[in-house]
Amino acid sequence: MALIRTSRHFSHPDSGMTHGVSSEITPRAVYEGRRAWLKEAAALGGAAVGLQAASGLWLSGDAEAATAAAPLVARPGVLAALPGVRSTVVGAYAMDKVTPYEKVTRYNNFYEFGTDKEDPWQNAGTLKPRPWTLSIEGEVGKPLKLGLDDLLKLGAMEERIYRLRCVEGWSMVIPWVGYSLSTLIQRAAPTSRAKYVEFISLADEKQMPGVRSGVLDWPYVEGLRIDEAMHPLTMMAFGLYGEVLPNQNGAPLRLVVPWKYGFKSAKSIVKIRLVDKEPVSSWTKANAREYGFYSNVNPTVDHPRWSQATERRLGEGGFFAPRKTTLMFNGYEAQVGQLYAGMDLKKYY
Amino acid sequence: MQLSLVNQWLLKPWVKPLLWLLCAVPFAGLMVGLATDQLGANPAEKLIRETGEWTLRWLWLTLAVSPLREAASLPALLRYRRSLGVTVFIYAVLHFLAYAWLDKGLVLDDIIKDVYKRNFILVGVAALVLMTPLALTSFNAAIRKLGGKRWQALHKLVYAVALLGLLHFYWKKAAKNDVSEVMVYAVILAVLLGWRAMRKGGVMGMLRTR
Repeated sequence: MALIRTSRHFSHPDSGMTHGVSSEITPRAVYEGRRAWLKEAAALGGAAVGLQAASGLWLSGDAEAATAAAPLVARPGVLAALPGVRSTVVGAYAMDKVTPYEKVTRYNNFYEFGTDKEDPWQNAGTLKPRPWTLSIEGEVGKPLKLGLDDLLKLGAMEERIYRLRCVEGWSMVIPWVGYSLSTLIQRAAPTSRAKYVEFISLADEKQMPGVRSGVLDWPYVEGLRIDEAMHPLTMMAFGLYGEVLPNQNGAPLRLVVPWKYGFKSAKSIVKIRLVDKEPVSSWTKANAREYGFYSNVNPTVDHPRWSQATERRLGEGGFFAPRKTTLMFNGYEAQVGQLYAGMDLKKYY
Repeated sequence: MQLSLVNQWLLKPWVKPLLWLLCAVPFAGLMVGLATDQLGANPAEKLIRETGEWTLRWLWLTLAVSPLREAASLPALLRYRRSLGVTVFIYAVLHFLAYAWLDKGLVLDDIIKDVYKRNFILVGVAALVLMTPLALTSFNAAIRKLGGKRWQALHKLVYAVALLGLLHFYWKKAAKNDVSEVMVYAVILAVLLGWRAMRKGGVMGMLRTR
């Protein structure tokens, strides 16, 4: 994929040649050591992995026979392993320091489990990620209903390290595991009338206490333009940190669109609809002036109530660390800028 | 007047230091949390939010003193109203400092721009500004100098401060579409101010000094 600079105003950090933090470059000795370790682990791996899966977690043993790969981050050892191979997608590896697992899993916006940041971590235990069915319907030649095992085997699991920028002004760097959404959508053979993709999350009062509140109009709905959905960076994630997704992070499968504000990346998805009209997302429905359909990360377009020019990177630099400058398209301008060529991004916020 | 047992207790000399100690507990808790990394994934945001919410809580408590001392026949409560009022101001200053430092890096230019651009910040700053003369005149000497009547009139500003504080909180929470907590504060404030208005024969009576 060609790297096209669409704007002179923002330099891009992911040219592949620059490393934001020199300590993040893996020393030769370490990766060579890792390869040796992998050969040994390959022999033992199957048994160990099966044991973890048996401990009441949602990933079954056979799905874990996926390709072993050198993990970029150490597994926290909390949930079942979900290894991923290194991604070849351009921009898939942010050079930023990865946010600690505890922060990634204890500071979430997932209103189905409450509106406080720690609510999802505390309340999401009631979510049952298995069995799970995802249906793909609408403007498709082959409507699909896929179980979780099918979904896990549908594409090669890749590890990708993305920046995540929340509309509220904080950010994280998360090692996801999954594959490009395009892999999934192509299976359903979209028709020429498929101009947009709508994502619908689970809304089950029994599993999700927050759904009883009227904070949002349930189920949670998000949407992308078809070219955004088919962009290789747009990801269907099934895991993070080399393990299956914790419930609070959107188990068993969620969307990850790294150049848009976090709320665009719908969690615990049960339905994907290909449609010919722009879907109305839940936040747009709740407050159209503050949350637009595109919601691309853009430091020059403020939220009506706060500036988007800077962000607080969680778990980095200590308590008094100054806020970081927010990058255009969250630093993915080289990869996605061309999707919006000629568009007035102040109007289409 | 017959003093109840509680009233007698309230007049003991150690009550005031104890109250000050209690007032310091939430902030001390935050400091301990900060030192021991117990404030969650985003300690800066937590510190800003908690100092703000405690400002409201202390203010609501201050406004509850008058109704409570009548309803519960506890006239001795009055001697603690000023301490509570000063506590409100201290927490408001801490809240502002936390915002100015952690969110704005103490860059004055950025703070001024923020106030100018965002109603939500403007309202919060206005509440702090209106509180300042109240805090500055919270000494006996200031009351003597102003005269009781003028001092009382000046301190009616606290009602404006409460309404601005509530609006500030509402605008902050409305962004998250979650105003249930704000509603609890609003209802309590309505009771506290409504009680005054009823006793004084309407809002105008409430604003008049006796």
